[in-house]
Amino acid sequence: MPAVELNNICKSYNDNLVVNNVSFTVAQGEIFGLIGPNGAGKTTTIRMMMDITKPDSGGISILGESLNEATKNRVGYLPEERGLYRKVRVLETLVYLASLKGLGVRAARSRAEELLKRVDMLPHKEKKVEELSRGMGQIIQFLVTLIHDPQLLVLDEPFAGLDPVNTKLLKEMILELRNQGKAIILSTHMMNEVEALCDRILMINKGCTVLYGELAEIKSRYRNNSVYLEFGGVLGDIGGVVGKKEHGDYVELFLDKETPPQKILRQLASRGVSVNRFEVSTPSLNEIFLQVVEKGR
Amino acid sequence: MNKTILILKHEFLHMVKTKSFIIMTLALPVLVLIAMAILSFIQGIEKPLVPSDVISIGYIDEVGGFSGYTEQPGEPTVTLMGYNTPEEATSALLAGEISQYFIIPSDYVATGEIIRYTLERELEPPGKIQWALKSFLLSNLLEGQTSPEVIERTKAPMGLVSIRLDETGQVATDQGGFGALMVPLVVGFLLIISIFSSSGSLLQGLGEEKENRVMEILLSSVSARQLITGKVLGLGAAGLVQVVIWLLSAVFLVRWISTTIGGFISTIQIPDNFLVLGIVYFVLVYLFFAVLMASIGAIGANARDSQQLSMLLILPAWIPLWGLFFFLNNPDHVVSRIFTMIPVTAPLMVFVRLGTSGIPTWELVLSISVLIAGIIGGLVLAAKVFRTFVLMYGKRPRLGEIIRCLREA
Repeated sequence: MPAVELNNICKSYNDNLVVNNVSFTVAQGEIFGLIGPNGAGKTTTIRMMMDITKPDSGGISILGESLNEATKNRVGYLPEERGLYRKVRVLETLVYLASLKGLGVRAARSRAEELLKRVDMLPHKEKKVEELSRGMGQIIQFLVTLIHDPQLLVLDEPFAGLDPVNTKLLKEMILELRNQGKAIILSTHMMNEVEALCDRILMINKGCTVLYGELAEIKSRYRNNSVYLEFGGVLGDIGGVVGKKEHGDYVELFLDKETPPQKILRQLASRGVSVNRFEVSTPSLNEIFLQVVEKGR
Repeated sequence: MNKTILILKHEFLHMVKTKSFIIMTLALPVLVLIAMAILSFIQGIEKPLVPSDVISIGYIDEVGGFSGYTEQPGEPTVTLMGYNTPEEATSALLAGEISQYFIIPSDYVATGEIIRYTLERELEPPGKIQWALKSFLLSNLLEGQTSPEVIERTKAPMGLVSIRLDETGQVATDQGGFGALMVPLVVGFLLIISIFSSSGSLLQGLGEEKENRVMEILLSSVSARQLITGKVLGLGAAGLVQVVIWLLSAVFLVRWISTTIGGFISTIQIPDNFLVLGIVYFVLVYLFFAVLMASIGAIGANARDSQQLSMLLILPAWIPLWGLFFFLNNPDHVVSRIFTMIPVTAPLMVFVRLGTSGIPTWELVLSISVLIAGIIGGLVLAAKVFRTFVLMYGKRPRLGEIIRCLREA
């Protein structure tokens, strides 16, 4: 049973179609990247999943059923637009918001202290939220998302505004959760984080699905059959190379369709070229993102 | 536990623990007690310490014949001392033998003019002095023309005692008058304050949750209906506690003060249905305001914006106070009746009328029915507006968008 299943979801505001026929599934124990440029429809899609906004058409199934009060208790949501009660103490905030997720007060208090200890913030439990730094506040917000031990976590831009130390902490915790079998949806602009964490992705642009599938498969799909070469000596003409692009201290060699990279490497060795680096080029997700978005303009 | 009850409990406890709520709730009965204590103290010090205190006033009679009745009884007694010339009277005034003097000019009978001289700087002559002079002049003018009893009656020709009868011709228990108006008027006023305080807290809370983005987290845990219901009931319960404390302390204080201090306070009456109506109107009007405030909270760009918008509701509620003199003198006028039916103006208007002429039962039933209809209608519209606009951050929806949303609802 998939943790999330969206089928042909559509949503429009004032005759403007912001989500157009989007479908995807997220499995248990998977980190799923939901990416796209600003205004692509990511947050609207997430809000429909969370039952905050109703879709105009299409079906949504969360943990095997349509979202209801019981299902809501098994989902943790970190919205993009976030904040907490500024005048309320950290522990009180965690306990109240956990109780709204069905956790008893005593259990919520115990779990809150456990999580605060995990992120080295237990000494701050009696502080008011307004007394915390912005980064600390975001960590508390992340704890709100997982305090009730949800089966599904939806994290909208979780790394925005975090320093490298807190980003590392958050990444570690996300991976821990994945290893515990939780399904995690990660919506972010930070492509390097998606590459580091996600198993599969969905990219939407202008409300439509433009990429969907295994991250490795998508990257191989966007490979342009070239190699990066850093060398010493004279290169000369190499059979099977149809183009060459200088990148400062290395060159990118574009190969014809029939030439595998190994053949190039053998030719270089036979000519006595000193090879310092030889790498089959794989486009970064960021490059794929830019390529897809610019194509859609 | 039901999530609505969780929110209700959270909002209630959060509200009743705030300093402003505790101060407002307890300060009012305490302030009334202090005011009554001060009143009692002033009444005590106003009484003459020496009953035989005498005020001496000089006069110069240029008409002739004003020689009798020079001892005017009262507290204090006023003694009038005749002088032949203004110079003599002035010397006596400066010497402290008299506190003031006056001249009865030769044309007094034609003009009625009396000239008074004093060393004091004052807004107007004290009432006791005016009364003594008037009594002295009247007594001398009528001397020999009628009996002393008629002269005395002429000075105070009427002590009006008005008695209200009920439908059976018996003396009514509620005798009306200013004493009957006092408690309902004050309670109506306090009711409005408490309603605005509670619904204002709802507005502020929603504004803050929208501003600090907690709203989206809440809506991922509970439905918009649960959130609004919990908040409205939680803050309403806190307001109700406040109102009940005020009402009960009003009843207790009025009864206690009227038996211990007496005087004007003993004329204060508490209508029979006062407690019930106070609670009914608080609950209904609060709910009416709360559902509308929830919509305003959703529409406003932030807490401040929402508060500005809420003035559209708050200002009309004071209309009965702006036109208080009209409504006091015309409690059964058609305008007064219309304002009794309008939910926004009903609480103050009902209590103004309750303290003056009373309100027929059918009007009360109609007023309460209109309020209930208003609450139900408001709830339907508020739910739609809330769900549509509550996650619109940083800008207020255009009027057209709101109207379209309401039409779709």
